[in-house]
Amino acid sequence: MIVRISGEGQFRLPDADAQRLNELDNRAVGAAEQGDEPGFQELWAQMLELVERDGERLAGDELVESDVILPPRDSSFEEVRGEFTGEGLIPD
Amino acid sequence: MAGLGGRFSTVVKAKVSKLLNRAEDPSETLEYGYQKQVEMLQDVKKGIAEVTTSKKRIQMQSQKMEGQVVKLDTQARQALSQNNEELARVALERKAGLQGELQSLDTQVTELERQQEQLTQNEQKLRQKIEAFRTKKEVIKAQYSAAEAQVRISEAATGVGEEMADLGLAIQRAEDKTEDMRARASAVEELEAAGTFDDISRIGPGQDDIDRQLSELSTGSQVDSDLERMKAELGPGEGAAPAPELEEGTGTPGSGESAR
Repeated sequence: MIVRISGEGQFRLPDADAQRLNELDNRAVGAAEQGDEPGFQELWAQMLELVERDGERLAGDELVESDVILPPRDSSFEEVRGEFTGEGLIPD
Repeated sequence: MAGLGGRFSTVVKAKVSKLLNRAEDPSETLEYGYQKQVEMLQDVKKGIAEVTTSKKRIQMQSQKMEGQVVKLDTQARQALSQNNEELARVALERKAGLQGELQSLDTQVTELERQQEQLTQNEQKLRQKIEAFRTKKEVIKAQYSAAEAQVRISEAATGVGEEMADLGLAIQRAEDKTEDMRARASAVEELEAAGTFDDISRIGPGQDDIDRQLSELSTGSQVDSDLERMKAELGPGEGAAPAPELEEGTGTPGSGESAR
């Protein structure tokens, strides 16, 4: 699975992490919907950490599309919570 | 993946497929795609240059404010040496308010510098991707059938497109930030200009709205400690501090109270 952290680049993650990331995402969406900022921040930090820890940076000349794009690290809660809603930015 | 998969990437995909649908011939699509990428790289460079210019302008504003801080400090000292403590306090309050603004501005400029470095690095990454696309397009043209080429082109173009879109977003965010900072710095500058006192004798405590606004920004304790420090520096003797043993009404004309 390819994950991009917006503003930082793309990472290749083992497929086993996809489920973990999805689980964190679902919980983050829940926290964002309830306006639970500390809870959300905690989950979001965990998502970024997971990608950094397990992910392998893509080589500069690899031209692939990301499966997932995470918002910029320094986004505010208000900016980010718009992204973390039920269907994501654009419903599939 | 519930919501996650759809974030952003769908936007990029839609844009790329629109681009690809324009041309029927894969090699034409490739050339057009590459040309577009090179064009957009110019926009990216321009965007980064604008952020740099804005940052410089903010730094200049901040230098001006620093000059004003020094000036206010001098004025406070003058007022104190003329035994006008109230006047000195007003100047120090303004100074403290300005310093507070300066501090937050400096923090933001540092943050902006970090962002700017990141943007430049990402521009290099984008360049590398475009270069990879240029190589790949020749391979695709030489090796694949039309139908197969279309798939490969789409993949490669999306890869570059996503990088481009992401950098565009980062530039946009940096620009928004500099706009906010500039607006704030200008507001302080205007406030300060309106309340500038070239003639120290013109200011008095609580005179106007500007005084109030500026002193709201300041912290009382810093003003007090500044005042104490200045008094200590000026020392006794200097500044004709009223000696307790002086009889009432015997003050020398021109000293102390005459500053009002």
